[in-house]
Parts: sequence; C-alpha cells; structure tokens
Amino acid sequence: MIATIFNIPFLAVAALVGIALYIIISQRNLIKLVMGIVILEAGVNLFLITLGYREAGIAPIYTNAPEGVMVLPVPQALTLTSIVIGVAITALMLSMIMLTHRHTGSIDAEKSRRMKG
Amino acid sequence: MMMSKIVRTISNLLLPFILTYGIYVILHGHLTPGGGFQGGAVFASGIALFIVAFGSYNIQKNLKEHHLSILESSGALLFIGLAFGGIAIVFFYNFLVGSPILGHIPPSGSNPGDIWTGGVIPLMSIAVGLKVIAGLSVIVLVMALASSKTEIEE
Amino acid sequence: MRRTTAAIFLGIIIALLIATALLIHPFGYPPSQMDDYIIENAQSETGTNNIVTSVVFDYRGFDTLGEATILFTAVTGVVMLFRKKKEETAK
Repeated sequence: MIATIFNIPFLAVAALVGIALYIIISQRNLIKLVMGIVILEAGVNLFLITLGYREAGIAPIYTNAPEGVMVLPVPQALTLTSIVIGVAITALMLSMIMLTHRHTGSIDAEKSRRMKG
Repeated sequence: MMMSKIVRTISNLLLPFILTYGIYVILHGHLTPGGGFQGGAVFASGIALFIVAFGSYNIQKNLKEHHLSILESSGALLFIGLAFGGIAIVFFYNFLVGSPILGHIPPSGSNPGDIWTGGVIPLMSIAVGLKVIAGLSVIVLVMALASSKTEIEE
Repeated sequence: MRRTTAAIFLGIIIALLIATALLIHPFGYPPSQMDDYIIENAQSETGTNNIVTSVVFDYRGFDTLGEATILFTAVTGVVMLFRKKKEETAK
C-alpha cells in the first residue's frame, strides 16, 4: 500500500500514455495524430499484461512445462482481443486520411475543417 | 510497380515457408503458444510480401476480392455453427470432450502433448484463422490498389 | 487561452497517472483468486494443454465472438470507402 519506486513497468505505462496524450493534443499533421493513437494502444496493452505477473513465474502452458508457479492467463486473453481491435481502428483511420487527401489536397487538420459541398 | 528481379526471385523462394509456418501455428493452437489470430496474422504477412514484390495490379488479376470475401463469410458461419452445437445445455458448451473424435483428456501436470485433444477448440481455431487471413489480405490489397491508381493519374 | 486550459488539464492527468503507478499493488504479487481455479481445473474440463487458448475460446467465448464482429465490420468499412461510381470505368 505504501508508495514504492520498484513498480518500473507501471511507470513506463504512465510515460507512454502521457506522451501519447501530448501528441494527440498538439499536432496538426493528420498522420502524426494517428501515430499518437497507436502509441496509446501500445501503452494500454502493456498495462494489461503487467497486471498479471507472478514472481519467478512460467508461461501457463502444460506441454513440457518446467517447475514453478504459473502467471495469470486471463489478462493475456484480454490483450489478444485488444490488439486486434487496435489493428481494425488503425486501418479505418488511414483509409479516411487517404480519402481526405484525395478530396481537399492537403493533410493539415486546420485546412480541412469546414464541410464543403 | 514491380520491384527488381532479385526481390522477385527471393520472394518466390520464401513464400512456401511463410505459408507453412502460418498454417502450423493455427493447427497446433491447443498445444503450443499460438492459435487462430496469431497464425492468421503470419499468413497474411506472407501475402503482403507478395503484393509488395509483384505490384498490386498483377496480383489483383488472380486473387479477386470476391473470392476472399466468400472465404471470410464461411469462416464466420463455421464459428457460429460450432457455438450453436451444444445448445442443449448452454450457448458455448464444449460438446466434444469425452467423445471418440477429438475428446481425449490429457494426464494432469506436465506432459508431451497429444494432438487429438481439445474438443471443439481446434475447429474454432481454424474458423477464426480463415476469417483473419481473408480480412487482413483484403485490407492490404484494397489500400495498395487505391494508392497505385492515384500515382498513375498524376 | 485555449492552449493554457489544455496544458493545465494535461498536467492534472499526468500527475494522476504517476500517482496511480506508485500506489498500485507491488509488481509481482497480484491479489487474484479467480485464476487459481482456472489453472487447477482447465485440463480436466476442456481437455487442452494451452490454458490461454482455452480461456479465449471456452471460458470467455463471447469476447471472441464480439471481436470477430468488429473485424468483419472494419473490413466492410474499408472496402466500402474505396468503391467507384457506376459512370467511371472498371469494376
């Protein structure tokens, strides 16, 4: 319960999410905005996996398994689903950027603000 | 927009190994790390290598999007059909554990794996693998076709 | 004016994130008891050696069904965005 500075993976997750939020707020180029969203997805997936680690654990598979306690299997199953959802969202966002460039000729978020006819 | 002769020859040599590795990871999903999603991603990356090396216009003559969409829909229907198979007890019931086809039960603890175990899980793995292969290949093919046509018109 | 408001809220969110990272449970000792049941009984109930695959397809099959639907919808959306009108050539 006391604040400990040995949670280095959780500090890495906080750094990734913070950098991603700063990129999303302050960039004008649309492709760099998509890169910020991808970094946010990576941070959330890392958080899900490091929630379920047991000290000196082995993989939760029984085929020729060595000795030791097993890590938790449920967060790994949730991370699989999250990775596939991230791929689907990135594909849709890049398709919309290609169509925006075809219609207005620039990928600047300030120039294609108002909806024209 | 084909690439040079060296790239085309090497990708012709590498493609059977990549596709075999993808199908191996799908089929052994219940013994080793892997499963439907991971094996489908490996297979689709082999198809993406082929599209980059040979140009999307030459690939589109043989591998039409219509056939890929039929493959994806059949994968989804097989998944839902297997989920409805054990509807007598509950929706996602594993009705093949204990029966002679795929129903051996492994001894508890560490053991070398037996491939005829797992109940309905290897069949579900194959259905999801087909869906992911067709879905990711269609996304890469459609985006490559759209960007190459705008290069030709400019 | 807008940039200072955005900077203040970003500072608050980053401070809360760092506080969460320091006050969460120590890394390596998760307080979970549900997974002990799954590790003990997965081999006799489902019949596989791979516990992660049995959790994805058997104990939590509904999440896999929802995710297959998301993948199908994304592929439909991408193909629909790049379709030509009937007056142009091809297709």
